[in-house]
Amino acid sequence: MALERLKENWSGSINEVQIGATKAEAGSRSSVIKVGGQSTLPFLFDEGKIPHRPVVAMEVWDVAPTDWPEVLKKPFNDCFDNPASWAKKCVEEFKADLICLRLQGSHPDFGNKTPEEAAQAVSKVLKAVEVPLIILGCGDDAKDNLILPKACEAAKGERCLVGDAVSENYKTLTAAVLADGHNIIAESPIDINIAKQLNILITDMGLPSERIVINPTIGALGYGLEYAYSIMERARLAALSGDKMLAMPFIAFVGQEAWRAKEAKATFEEFPNWGKEDLRGPLWEDVTAVALLQAGADILVMRHPRAVLEIKKTIEELMRG
Amino acid sequence: MFIIGELINGMYKNVEQALKGRDKETIQKIAREEVACGANCLDVNCGPASKDPLSDMAWLVETIQEAVDISLALDSTKPKVIEAGLKLAKKKAVINSTSADPEKLEILLPLAKQYKTCLIGLTMDKKGVPQDKDRRLELAAVIACACQDAEFPLADLYLDPIVLPVNVAQPQARQVLDSIREFKILSDPAPKTIVGLSNVSQGACSRSLINRTFLIMAVGAGLDAAILDPLDKELMDGLITAELVLDKQIYCDSYLDAFRKK
Repeated sequence: MALERLKENWSGSINEVQIGATKAEAGSRSSVIKVGGQSTLPFLFDEGKIPHRPVVAMEVWDVAPTDWPEVLKKPFNDCFDNPASWAKKCVEEFKADLICLRLQGSHPDFGNKTPEEAAQAVSKVLKAVEVPLIILGCGDDAKDNLILPKACEAAKGERCLVGDAVSENYKTLTAAVLADGHNIIAESPIDINIAKQLNILITDMGLPSERIVINPTIGALGYGLEYAYSIMERARLAALSGDKMLAMPFIAFVGQEAWRAKEAKATFEEFPNWGKEDLRGPLWEDVTAVALLQAGADILVMRHPRAVLEIKKTIEELMRG
Repeated sequence: MFIIGELINGMYKNVEQALKGRDKETIQKIAREEVACGANCLDVNCGPASKDPLSDMAWLVETIQEAVDISLALDSTKPKVIEAGLKLAKKKAVINSTSADPEKLEILLPLAKQYKTCLIGLTMDKKGVPQDKDRRLELAAVIACACQDAEFPLADLYLDPIVLPVNVAQPQARQVLDSIREFKILSDPAPKTIVGLSNVSQGACSRSLINRTFLIMAVGAGLDAAILDPLDKELMDGLITAELVLDKQIYCDSYLDAFRKK
């Protein structure tokens, strides 16, 4: 007698979130990105539907990053002064599915640009590329409450994904996102209880849960990756069992975390035994991303073109089933 | 927890009158309220006074389905009345209920299979309701075996150990709680269990408190489903919290709201 494969049958599914709006929808993107919609754990095609593949966004800043190692700066050295050409390069040369514009230049310690300047950067990037846009603040709550509403307004109708809302600071951003028709990133510090609570608070303000993406906060390989993985898996299991307040797609800031690891950024001269950093660094980012795909990440925000190239191949293979 | 709302029952005066006068609004209001308060399914019972239960059942099912999109538990001792509802039910229905008597099982199991429904099996027979858990387990086994023989999926079977009023049959509550635990050993995967909750407090004072306490203890014993009054907010809060304590829901500060946002 053939052994019967036991299949899990889930009652819930992940919300489908649409990022970007085409001309027909009052935006200006050439195409839109849809994430979520799964009714099964990652890549278990036999147990449910997986309507959309995970997507890769590449980070673009409105100032030259000061803490990126040389190996990471190298591919972008010719465009650090211009986020529009940086974004163009990511899309045309490195095949990014989306652009993630980080308005770091508005941070009081990194240039303190005005909200108007931040809004201009958004407009320029929107003009330069036709893929959907993720917009991030600078990480300073007070400043973000000034720049993000302006950024939302500049991108009105483009259905961007804007972040991050945190439990101590979500009201201004939620209101802005509501007013200008965007989606929101809800961030929690590797804490499933706070993630759920924040989603409730945001939906209480009237934003539909289908416009929320969870940033569970991740750690890179060797730096808490397994902890992030377990939190994401637990949230996903709860969502598939019917918990609507955890049924949002995940965004994972892979590049940001992976390139903080010494193992990624240290030079060959510092650690000759570790091999050349131009392979080692992107590999660290790629391996971190592969693990997060298995944990359920829907949007990977990456930095190095080589890591992007490799992870896109992996996604292709995994989606073949 | 699979929650079946109990309020659409002809034994209640308002429902009885609505049935007589074909007053859709009253029935639909109850249906909407039950669903809003967390019911996953609505029990539909024409009540003992119904003169034409076949058409009453059909009218109730159609009336409810105009208002809410939810599965229905068709509640009658007469298979023909149940079938009148099954013919119209749009979502996977629940047959409420069969006993362990072969003549009941012979009619209701094929019906459950034909309409692809869930089935509530009361662990009683012609001799009446058992007085101890062993007899309940025996009758549960009779029902489970009949399901297996008929190739009815055990995942769709809910075994009901039959709750008796605590004011007249005090030792029975504990027997029921033990039965909920023991029914689980009958098969793998384990059959599901259900109780008709409100019966535990029938005729007693402090009904809501007794219902709530018993439900929480039953959830602790592994109960999967209950027929109850979802409009009893404290009962529902207790249930949600019991599931939280058992790690069936993920905690957050607004976990009661989170449940209700489902």
